[in-house]
This record gives sequence, structure tokens and C-alpha cells, in this order.
Amino acid sequence: MLRLVDVTRRFGKNTAVDSVAIEVPQGQMVGVIGRSGAGKSTLLRMINRLIDPSEGSIFFDGSEVSALRGAALRSWQRDCAMIFQQFNLVPRLDVVSNVLHGTLNRRSTVATMFSMFPREDIEQAIDILDRLGIADHAPKRVETLSGGQQQRVAIARALMQDPRVILADEPIASLDPMNAQVVMDTLRRIHDEDGRMIVCNLHTLDTARRYCDRVVGMRDGVVVFDGAPEDLTTAVARDIYGADESFSESSTSTSIETLEPAYSFMREAEAAI
Amino acid sequence: MTDVSLGGTRETDTIKAGYLADMRRKRMYSGILLVVFFVLLAAGFGLADSRNAGGFWDGLSRIFDFPAELIAEAIAKGAALPANLVRYVPAMIETINIAAVSTLLGAIAASVLSLLSTRGFARWPRLIGLFRRLMDVMRALPEIVIALVLIFVLGGGPVPAMISIAIHTAGALGKQFSEVNENADLKPVEGLASVGATWMQRMWLGVLPQVAPNYLSYALMRFEINVRASAILGFVGAGGIGEELRVAISWGTGRYDAAAAIFILLFLTIVAIDQLSSHFRHRLVGTH
Repeated sequence: MLRLVDVTRRFGKNTAVDSVAIEVPQGQMVGVIGRSGAGKSTLLRMINRLIDPSEGSIFFDGSEVSALRGAALRSWQRDCAMIFQQFNLVPRLDVVSNVLHGTLNRRSTVATMFSMFPREDIEQAIDILDRLGIADHAPKRVETLSGGQQQRVAIARALMQDPRVILADEPIASLDPMNAQVVMDTLRRIHDEDGRMIVCNLHTLDTARRYCDRVVGMRDGVVVFDGAPEDLTTAVARDIYGADESFSESSTSTSIETLEPAYSFMREAEAAI
Repeated sequence: MTDVSLGGTRETDTIKAGYLADMRRKRMYSGILLVVFFVLLAAGFGLADSRNAGGFWDGLSRIFDFPAELIAEAIAKGAALPANLVRYVPAMIETINIAAVSTLLGAIAASVLSLLSTRGFARWPRLIGLFRRLMDVMRALPEIVIALVLIFVLGGGPVPAMISIAIHTAGALGKQFSEVNENADLKPVEGLASVGATWMQRMWLGVLPQVAPNYLSYALMRFEINVRASAILGFVGAGGIGEELRVAISWGTGRYDAAAAIFILLFLTIVAIDQLSSHFRHRLVGTH
């Protein structure tokens, strides 16, 4: 179980994340929504310890993750895979090498510097790529792949870590609707099949509604909504995004299939009001 | 890699086999390269050692004898240090002046040459090769050779030093500037061409704002190198701190305290230039 206790992060005078306290049970898929600058990325980066909290603590299964240092910290980072908006792969290396980077924490530095990865790892990497449907691209350089394929390579790298938590920071924000759907379907499938905990930053409501078990809404660093996707009414959404009456969900939707249901959902919501 | 089109376990096995074969080949190549590298390194060192006049291993223990003697004497005459520092300031300023003027002239020439030899910006695209070779020649000639020739013709003093450093600077900076130009965006230049601007206007208003921070950064680093270069040229009679250093550092003249003062001045100058250059670079980048 992941537990955040009054986690705060300041950058100079700005407070990016303000006393966030949430608990995520094992095996849940959580969507974090909010407009740009709401502190979603900062929150995820603190959980992975890419940045440190200014105040507060982060616990995972009883151990205080926010107090770890050195080798113990890197070991936590292995257990807590991160997927980025811009994929953050090494573009000039081939797909399999990038996936093998998921094993860096387990292997010796010298061996990895000379790309001496064990044969089983290479086979496992290709199996994971096959599971995500991109095994054909295994020997290609990452930079020759499309955005959606690159994001799936990033997911494969995350899976190679055999993580207990997967953090996804706007995984579909740089992708076209078609690829966005493939990537979100992949994440959901991993969640369903492996039972891994997934915390996913999203900036579109319909995606959060469609894929997540639970939605956390952030505004100016504060959690303003925490509940089931069904409870996320248009009024609540307007509050999260700080929008007025003119806010319409369907106009910001980037998903192909959910356009229609999201629209009908809104009409239902409006009928209820 | 393989001809098989779509997924499935049999295809995955083919992919695995293909990738592993690739990997083995790459490993073999890097292994061979590594061995060749070490063999060459060992062989080269052996050759160099055998051609060394004194013998490398015998001399190794005496490497620090001279610096030790210099520092010991400088400490012994420590009281004279402030006076020595003050005494050599004018010579240091002369050296800095030579470096500054030659960097400025060299940088102006380098900007023009680099723009003329960058594809997309060049005024005469057919002459790109000519300007590139010109910069190669300027870069290839060592400052000290040009300075020696000029001193022979013009007599000793700061002017030959300045000209020779400026020539080398134009070549060296031109190369770095043209690399900066390669990364500059062509779109603003196209925009200015669309309003009917001349080549000069396009370069001045479209390219320079993009490349100025990097130009400045390279030019300031060059300035630092040129301070050292102009100090060296003092050794061949071009004036400045180098000339003083040559006199002071000659073995057995008993003026190591003066040599130490000159080293300290040089060090302080380089530190000052480094600080100044990072300050100006940040300000220039910040305003963009």
C-alpha cells in the first residue's frame, strides 16, 4: 500500500504540492487529473524520488520511501517504475537495449557499461515487447519508431523492472488519439493481468473515467476530489479545472471511442441537475 | 530483420535468435577493437620511450624537482611577493591587451567566414568550400610560426603577436561558429528573405540574435586561450608577461620568486576572465 502523509513541495515561493495525503491500496489503478501546473507531475516525481518532498513522508508497505538514500533509494526506484510524457528513452540505442535498461539496478555497473546483459534478460525483453505487440521492432533504433511505439517501449522498460508500482506521467499527452488509446489499453491490461498498482496523471477527464478505478483531482497543489469515476460530475470537473459554465468536456476530449459516451454522460449529468 | 510479418511465438523465436546473433557480432567487434586499442597503446608507449633522449623511467622520479625548487625559493623570498606582483602588472596588462585585440579582430573575421561557409546562410554557396579551406589554413598555422616570421619582418613587439593570434583565432573560432550556425533555425532567415531583406540584413537581424550567446561563449573561451598564447609569444620576443617569465624562469638565475609572482598573476587573470565570461554569458542568455 502506498501512503502519502501531508506531502508538500515548494519551489522557491511557489508551493507546487500542498499537504497531499492519500492512500492507494495494492492493485488499484488511480488517475490523477488537474490542469497544467496543478502539481500532478511533481507529485509523481516525488513518489519516484526524482525530486524530494519539502515536507511530509511517503510510505510503501510500512517503509518510509521518502527517507531512503543511496542504494536503498535506487532499489525503491526499481520497484517504482516511471513512464514519462516524452518517453525519456535513449533515442540512438535499439529497442531491446532500452527495455534492458529496466534491469540496470540489478546488474553491475561495469557489465552494463559494456552492454553485457544475460541471455535470459534479452529473451524476456523480447517476450515483453511481444506482449505489447512491438516485437517486430526489437532491433531498430528507438528514434525510428512512432510516438505510440516509443511509449510502448517505455512501458516495456517499466515492466522489465518488475515493479510493484507503475507511475505514468501524462503518458498519452504527446500522442494522437489512436496511439493514446493503444497505450491506455496497454496500461489497463497490465493492471488487469499482473495486478500492479498504477498511478497515472491524465489531463483529459474521459480517459480517467474510462480507465481508472479511482480518480484524484488536484488544483493548485491541493487534492480537491478523491473518489470513484462515477462521482466525477461536471460540476466537480469544473471545480478541478477552475472553469466556468462554458466548460464542456467533449470539447477537450482526445479519445476516439469515448467521445460519444462522454457526451451522453454529460447530458445525463446535466439532466440530473 | 526477418521476412515474417506478424506476431506469434515462432516469429518471436526468430526475432530472439536474430537479435542474439546481432549482439554476439557486436560484442566480437568491440572485443577486437579493445584488444587492438591496448596493443597499439602499449606498442606506441614502447616506441616513444625508446626514442626519449633521457629515458622516461629514469627521469620520472625527477619530474617534480624543478617545481619543488621553484616553490621552495618563492616561499623563502615570500616577503618580496607583493612587490613582484605589482611590478609585473603592466606586463600582464600588455599581454591581456594583445589577447583582447586579437580575439576581437579574430572573432569578427570568424563570424563573417563562418556565415560564408555555412550551407543555407552563405552569400555565395559555390564558394563555401573556398572559405572552409581558408579557415583550415588559418587554423593549421601555429601562432608561434606566424609570429616568428612577422617579428623577423616587422621587428619585436606586440603588433606581430596580435596579428598572428588574430589569424589563428579567425580560423579556430570560425570552425566553432559554423557549428553553431548549423544548429540555427533557417525559418527566421526565410521570413526576412520574404520581406526583401539583403544578405547583410538577413544575417544581422535573422541569424545573429539566434547565435550571439553561443558566439560570445566561444569567443570568451578563446580569449582565455589567447591570454595564454600571447604569454607564450613573449618567449619569442613579442613583449608582455611572457618575456618577463622567460627571463625569470631560466634555470639558475635565482629569480624564481619573480616567476612565482608571474604564475600567480596568470592564474588570477584566467580566473577573472572565467568569472566575467560566465557572468556575461548568463546575462546574454537570460535576455533571450
